[in-house]
Amino acid sequence: MTEIPESLLRRSAEAKAKALGIPVEQVLAEMRGEVPTAPAASPPVQDVSREVPAAEQPEPVVSRESEVASSEPEPEESRKAEAGSAEPEVEAEQEAPTAAVATAVMEPEVAPAPPSGNGSGNGKQAAVVSPRPVAPPTGLPEGVRTQRLLTVVKARAIQQVKAEPTDKVNTWPHLMIAELTALMAVTALLLVMSAVLQAPLLDPANPNATPNPSKAPWYFLGLQELLSYFDPQIAGVTVPTLVGMIGFMAVPFVDRNPSTRPSDRKFAIMLYTFFMAGAATLTIFGVLFRGRGFNFAYPWQDGIFFDDIKDWVFFEE
Amino acid sequence: MADGLRGRAIEKARELNDRLRGSQVMESILRPGSPFKKGYADTPRNRSYVVMNNVLYHLHPVKVKRHGVKLSYTLCLGGLSFFLFILLTITGIFLMFYYTPTENRAYVDIQALSTSVAFGSLVRNMHRWGAHLMVLSVFLHMSRVFYHGAYKPPREFNWVVGVVLLLLTLLLSFSGYLLPWDQLAYWAVTVGSNMAGFVPVMGAQVKFLLLASVEVSAATLLRFYVLHVLFFPFVIVIFMAVHFWRVRKDGGVSGPL
Ligand code: HEM
Repeated sequence: MTEIPESLLRRSAEAKAKALGIPVEQVLAEMRGEVPTAPAASPPVQDVSREVPAAEQPEPVVSRESEVASSEPEPEESRKAEAGSAEPEVEAEQEAPTAAVATAVMEPEVAPAPPSGNGSGNGKQAAVVSPRPVAPPTGLPEGVRTQRLLTVVKARAIQQVKAEPTDKVNTWPHLMIAELTALMAVTALLLVMSAVLQAPLLDPANPNATPNPSKAPWYFLGLQELLSYFDPQIAGVTVPTLVGMIGFMAVPFVDRNPSTRPSDRKFAIMLYTFFMAGAATLTIFGVLFRGRGFNFAYPWQDGIFFDDIKDWVFFEE
Repeated sequence: MADGLRGRAIEKARELNDRLRGSQVMESILRPGSPFKKGYADTPRNRSYVVMNNVLYHLHPVKVKRHGVKLSYTLCLGGLSFFLFILLTITGIFLMFYYTPTENRAYVDIQALSTSVAFGSLVRNMHRWGAHLMVLSVFLHMSRVFYHGAYKPPREFNWVVGVVLLLLTLLLSFSGYLLPWDQLAYWAVTVGSNMAGFVPVMGAQVKFLLLASVEVSAATLLRFYVLHVLFFPFVIVIFMAVHFWRVRKDGGVSGPL
């Protein structure tokens, strides 16, 4: 194990000394293990400090043990220190902590409660907390340290590791197969469509020969339809820009109802359906039921005046 | 006898296949866990690697919620919108080889596509119907998102991004509409941009900005062309990137109802 740089040790010692109200030198000495103070009850040894940023290991991983360990938070102190404290049972009898910080330590060999049998080789990581520095464990050969300080982990981070179990599946193959299928299906559809249906190409553009009727592309035909009822200042501007853009963008901010269950959102669903049905009706009307001069026409009587599908259908001119 | 020959042929083919897949070139291309790699086994680890060790990781997480995979939830509409966009890009690039955005050439070039270019007519049809399908699928995608309430926190912003995507999709389609330079194109765009001209106070200016002239003209054709093949695709790709990224960051596809 590499040594913790002196400067870091010192900084954490100062912080701890301040919190405990004892001289820095004493804390330092304790930290270096020169003055064993607490009874070494059992193997797990905890390095403790208020802020020990030691980092010999690249990634501190909070393991299951840490969750277990942090399940008994100390009420007042921990909150004050903004670092929750919790103790493994072995330390329960020790003095109450004054400023506790959760530290992740590495245990090469011995663990208080090994969660599984795998880790000893590459080292298990655990976040453990103790109120006081503890001397190297008894019952072990001299010079053997059982734990290494990895990093300081904010208690909150430890306490909130409980992830909700979710039912997940591998993207490959479960999602990607479905996507590939959809992709091939739409390609096939488009190929067949394009082989069968000819895209329109009318006479060359002629600014002097206005066709009758002149229609916008179909997705604007609903608007054009509206335009034929209202003053252009209303239908041409207010409707598309205000309702269309701003209104649509505002939907999530206007609809504050948090529920996504259809039975709880009858009004929203009704409104949207009404809006979409209205737009669809206007569009279909504009596409099929508007003839010369954009006047009403029955498609089965007067023909369809929609050149996008000119070559699909038989026209009665 | 025949069986022996066939067996040997199959064996040889396998050997060759193994040699090719195990070659240094393939090794260098395929990252660990690729299903195309020699000796791929269908293990949970490799299933993760397929995504994780792959450019796909930019789009998909390794695991997704089980219900999100059900086709009946998203109907794959967002994915299809994206895929149609890809198809449109591919067919569009093909069309660009044969099209000149000038008053004299545009119409003739489109006409020539169906008479003197191999697959020209098919590709043009794919581009055109694909564009209609994309508008449709984006609308349907939006509706499915609405009916699922999938725009609710934390997904509000992605809905806003979506509205921008819808707008860009319409703009892409509209700007492409003019390019064949036939009567349909010319007058549809005239009618459409007249609507834009109804903006209060600065309607004329807005229309002029859009058309690059007072009415649809050669300058409009060039403007629409550049917007259609460069500007709008560029912008929509950026917004799509944000959109997909947010889908993941907002916790994947929203939960079941
Ligand atoms: C070019 C257009 C668009 C593309 C390519 C696209 C693509 C996607 C994709 C691939 C997803 C993942 C889930 C799914 O497939 O349904 C998604 C989700 C989403 N999209 Fe879009 N989208 C587009 C337009 C829109 C529009 C117009 C809106 C709304 C106005 C929108 C809002 C959303 C929202 C809120 C989600 C999250 C849904 C959820 O979590 O269930 N998108 N989009």
